[in-house]
Amino acid sequence: MLTLLLIIIPLVFTIVLFALPDSKYVKSVALIGGIVEFAFSLYVLFQYQYGCHCVFNYHSQFFQQIGISFSLNIDGLSMLMVLLTSFLSPLIIYSAFTKQSNKPPAFYALILLMETAFIGVFTATDVLWFYVFWDLALIPICFLTAVWGGKNKRVITVEFLIYTLVGSLLMLIAIIYLYTLTPGTHSFSFSSYYNLTLDYKTQVWVCLAFFMAFAIKVPLFPFHSWLPKTHTASPTQGSMFLAGIMLKMGIYGLLRFIIPLCPLALGSWTFYAVVLSVVGILYSSIIAIKQTELKRLIAFSSLGHMGLIAAGVFSLTFNGIEGGILQVISHGINVAGMFFCYDIIYRRTKTGTIASIGGIASKAPIFSVFFMIILLANIALPLTNGFVGEFLLLMGIFEYNAYLSAIAGLTIIFGAIYMLWMYQRIMYGETTEATQDFPEITLQESLVLTPLVIMIFWIGIYPKMFLHIAEPYVRDLLEVLTYKLK
Amino acid sequence: MNAIIAISVLAIIIMFFGVMGKKSILLPIILLGLPLAFFLDIREWGTSVHFYNEMFIADNFSIAFNAVLIFAVFLVFMFANLYYKVVQRPLEDIYALFLFALVGAMVMTSFGNLIMLFIGVETLSISLYILAGSKKFDIASNEAAMKYFLTGSVSTGFLLFGIALVYGASGSFNMMEISNYITEYATMLPAMFFAGMLLIFIGVAFKIAAVPFHFWAPDVYAGSPTLITAFMATVGKVAAIAAFYRLASLAFANVHLHWENTLWFFAVATIVFGNLSAIYQDNLKRMFAYSGISHAGYMLLAIIALGPKSAGSLLFYGLAYVVATTTGFAVLMLIREKNGTFSVDGFKGLAKNNPIEAFAMAMAMMSLAGIPPLAGFMAKYNIFIVAAQSGYLWLVIVGVLGSMLSIYYYFKPIVAMYFSDAEPQPKIETGIPYKIHIIFCTFLILVLGFLSGVIINLI
Repeated sequence: MLTLLLIIIPLVFTIVLFALPDSKYVKSVALIGGIVEFAFSLYVLFQYQYGCHCVFNYHSQFFQQIGISFSLNIDGLSMLMVLLTSFLSPLIIYSAFTKQSNKPPAFYALILLMETAFIGVFTATDVLWFYVFWDLALIPICFLTAVWGGKNKRVITVEFLIYTLVGSLLMLIAIIYLYTLTPGTHSFSFSSYYNLTLDYKTQVWVCLAFFMAFAIKVPLFPFHSWLPKTHTASPTQGSMFLAGIMLKMGIYGLLRFIIPLCPLALGSWTFYAVVLSVVGILYSSIIAIKQTELKRLIAFSSLGHMGLIAAGVFSLTFNGIEGGILQVISHGINVAGMFFCYDIIYRRTKTGTIASIGGIASKAPIFSVFFMIILLANIALPLTNGFVGEFLLLMGIFEYNAYLSAIAGLTIIFGAIYMLWMYQRIMYGETTEATQDFPEITLQESLVLTPLVIMIFWIGIYPKMFLHIAEPYVRDLLEVLTYKLK
Repeated sequence: MNAIIAISVLAIIIMFFGVMGKKSILLPIILLGLPLAFFLDIREWGTSVHFYNEMFIADNFSIAFNAVLIFAVFLVFMFANLYYKVVQRPLEDIYALFLFALVGAMVMTSFGNLIMLFIGVETLSISLYILAGSKKFDIASNEAAMKYFLTGSVSTGFLLFGIALVYGASGSFNMMEISNYITEYATMLPAMFFAGMLLIFIGVAFKIAAVPFHFWAPDVYAGSPTLITAFMATVGKVAAIAAFYRLASLAFANVHLHWENTLWFFAVATIVFGNLSAIYQDNLKRMFAYSGISHAGYMLLAIIALGPKSAGSLLFYGLAYVVATTTGFAVLMLIREKNGTFSVDGFKGLAKNNPIEAFAMAMAMMSLAGIPPLAGFMAKYNIFIVAAQSGYLWLVIVGVLGSMLSIYYYFKPIVAMYFSDAEPQPKIETGIPYKIHIIFCTFLILVLGFLSGVIINLI
């Protein structure tokens, strides 16, 4: 029941917001919705840590009677993903509260609808509902981009929509096929899927179908072309959601489906998958260095980080997977912060071109400190959250293959290059025309950034709490994997 | 059976009141009469009565489909007021023809005898020929009627010829006896029988507009008055697909091997061609025609699979398709009335001025495209499950690929409504009844998906 409430709370606020007339209370209602959901998820965390895990398993009798199964559950992975979603959502909503921009209720309603879909994806234990939520998450981001986006927003939205839907429809084929293989009166529950014993050939096809869906979502190297475009066109809140949570759905899918369902196929392809991810890391890092637009630079840097996470997960080692999960959380926080910093700069200067911005540090010292912390977390400096995750990831990849690990490690060096160089260009030097009277950040903006910075240090200094949540899940997963590989 | 009698009587009453010139009470009578017929229909649930030496069998399958058909006509009539707003004359003939066509459609879902199938097809088609040409002074409408009549007659010829050949081989029009004949002479069925069966299938494939017998559909859909197109696209298609399933499952189930290849060819061609052609349409009515063609292809998958859940998933697909298509046409009528165009451009900026209508259209399009968790997704998805369970995974793959293509053209109106920055156009005044109807339809699209299990398990 607790788990169902996690989905219902943002859904109710979504409906309320769609029904509300445009007034000054809209913002507050949306923010209250986000905060209530976050508070509730903290309660769920409390239950998870100190209570019985049995309270999370929700299986709907009502839906059972009308012929479809609907079940939810929370395990370590779900818990962390739910926390990330509910932590970022109110911040994203609050980040839209600026004086200049007046957003109608539909804007906030879409954000909360997206949150609903994300929570649904992360808690569903029924493949059909996983798919439903997976696609539902797509609709709000499309509307956010296409209605409130920037240049070329329509073309880019349609491209994004078709690209990702193609992936998810391939996944649908695999889901349907596996459904027909489940024994007895067929079932969509995760457990009945996990209990299937598939031969190698079937696994290859199923793996391919799932891999396409998740590789497009993560996105892995050759399937990434939609990402920078969509980020450029999307409003800041859309980008924060997209990079902060939506891309993580791909990693979540890898962990939930590909590893337990097709271990044999994956086992023989691990090397290629890791190589593909590592190539993606190098590619995106090098491209990021050459970017002239701040937002595209952030987009490519997040592409590189996602590649590293994927490589760690594909290494199928304990450290790789655990580090992947932790880095999913950390990167979600960092990238949301990066995009918000970009938004602060863009709203003040009306430009995102790096060359036309300069000397902000002298005008807005507090902002430059915030930006520096988030940026260093992105580079994975020790004591920040990025360090813990990337360290574990690289260790995992090292256990798998030392050479690949060395190449993947370049991401940190490249990251330092493009990030610090960018920071130096826009923050120091002479002020330009655009930044001549760059105001210091407002209270509202610092209220968005402060929780992010707190989390950066928290995870960086004391990651044990989060690793502790993920650990049983990773152990179970690897146990299943070794059992199935025998 | 009672429902068919009730609707026939209703049609006669309508004509009677029309002659008396009481225009204002025609629609209220129909909108009261149809629910009554619906009630009479579902009251026979579970009885499975045979009429006239098994000419007409009212089993659960036909009762369920008839309920969907009556519901579809009810939806169409809800928008009749808007469409015929400017017409002065009573229109009793048109309304009565709608009802007669419905009677034909209901016979097509309940026949137990090939002759009855023929009667049903003809009752439906002849009414539709006239309706297609009911805009007497419009060239397109006349052309549509003529084309529909000519191609329809040819298809009827195929159907009759096929029935005659099957009769020649088996010595009966009764489907049970044909089925018995097949089991009895399984190893030595004459070529005449297979030729007849193929011709019957072709005749029905014409009616569902399956490729390669689809040529009439785009022109007829585009030329006919929009309300009639909505009727054709929903009632005509669902009735024909039900008849198809009945034929395949009752008469020819035992020679499944012999027709599955033909049908999967139809299905694949229909899905691929329907979706590919729809991409290039700017006229939304033509797009609906091609999208209707592709939906016939998806529905054929359930017939090819012929699994235990085939009938149920067809029923649900029909229902989901009917609701979404009617909603789409209802909004299209509005656009046409305002902007005088069926083009996608007519939808520009609709979201700003008429948010309810735009939302309804968006939901209808997404449902047809199969975006979860809307009704259309659940429908498609159940059909795919049925096909995959019977071992036609590759047909499912074709179906899914077709769905991918369809996303593009179904999103065209959505893009135009929500994402275009056209200069603000004046708000279209729609009136309260229209709003209620459209909200009702949208509600159905949103909710039906969750009821798919119940509806599929009905039959």
